Amino acid sequence: MMQKVFTKPEALKDCQTHYCPGCGHGIAHRLIAETIDELGIRGRTIGIAPVGCSVLAYDYLDVDMVEVAHGRAPAVATGMKRTNPDKIIFSYQGDGDLAAIGTSEIIHAAHRGEQITVIFINNAVFGMTGGQMAPTTLLEQVTTTTPLGRDAGKQGYPLQVSELLAILPGAIYIERCALSNPAQVRKAKKAIKHAFELQLNNAQGLSLVELLSPCPTYWRMTPAKAIEWMENEMIKIFPLGRLKG
Amino acid sequence: MAGKIIINAERCKGCGLCITVCPKGGITISKQSNKSGYFPAQASNTDCTGCATCAIICPDAAIEVYRENNILDKPYKKTAPNLKGKK
Ligand SMILES: Cc1ncc(C[n+]2csc(CCOP(=O)(O)OP(=O)(O)O)c2C)c(N)n1
Ligand code: SF4
Ligand code: SF4
Repeated sequence: MMQKVFTKPEALKDCQTHYCPGCGHGIAHRLIAETIDELGIRGRTIGIAPVGCSVLAYDYLDVDMVEVAHGRAPAVATGMKRTNPDKIIFSYQGDGDLAAIGTSEIIHAAHRGEQITVIFINNAVFGMTGGQMAPTTLLEQVTTTTPLGRDAGKQGYPLQVSELLAILPGAIYIERCALSNPAQVRKAKKAIKHAFELQLNNAQGLSLVELLSPCPTYWRMTPAKAIEWMENEMIKIFPLGRLKG
Repeated sequence: MAGKIIINAERCKGCGLCITVCPKGGITISKQSNKSGYFPAQASNTDCTGCATCAIICPDAAIEVYRENNILDKPYKKTAPNLKGKK
């Protein structure tokens, strides 16, 4: 007799997403939904959707969610967690959201040791607005605002936010994973689950999982090539592993 | 056939990532588009072991995986994350 061993998690709604084919946001959503199902916390979890391609995350994740201004999720999460300490609060933020306009909010939330969980999607571009350079864009990477490739002399170096946050005492768990192949996706799932468990167990401080995530559309590659580029180029600049905790 | 996958053709966007990871080469792209205009993946299932690698990489949660009871052991257990054996 055949048994069903893998299916869409219940916390993921049964609808098609608006993401491009091969976009990592879909994998990240599924891993969060699996985590919420496995921990049995759907009724007490509140997510915060960002501004960016995943602005509609509340249409896909079947938990209570709010939408906030660009980059401000850690500030709003602070208020939500402090007033509702029994709720599990997580933010879902892109690299434009967290590492550009929202740099101040994430640094100070980590600095204050807020008891929240942050899922940080690093796809090295601004996807939603048309593939402009993000602080996380690699050197020589071509984007709509760096048509000749990112030049350190003009646009600076790729910003390693997770490394920056890891030095703050208020950040208790920081790990970088890649949504690049099934083995790495399984590791990412473990990391996400651990980050949620810390909050569930009342650990005092901020937990963050950075997920390197393909944006085939604005990397101008096929989904398979995007995975290759992530493994060959992106991981060199954003090394994987546990940075804290 | 120790396993079987079912691809939800309306969720699938034909990105082809499942094709690149299937160790048995059992997935191809259909010539028929779905309602959104994507050409979805289709499974032959001839040599499927139910390893679930395709489902783990799928960005659209479009793949359901089935497996024979008697092989619900290692190394397969390692492969699928939610191996609670939902009926
Ligand atoms: C206050 C404000 N400034 C700028 C914008 C324009 N804007 C929308 S999305 C975005 C960047 C999103 O990039 P990222 O966070 O990397 O997410 P992605 O789309 O790549 O998933 C910007 C700059 C905005 N919506 N609001
Ligand atoms: S533009 Fe990039 S980040 Fe946005 S949905 Fe498409 S692939 Fe995903
Ligand atoms: S990985 Fe998923 S969305 Fe992509 S082709 Fe395969 S079934 Fe379709």
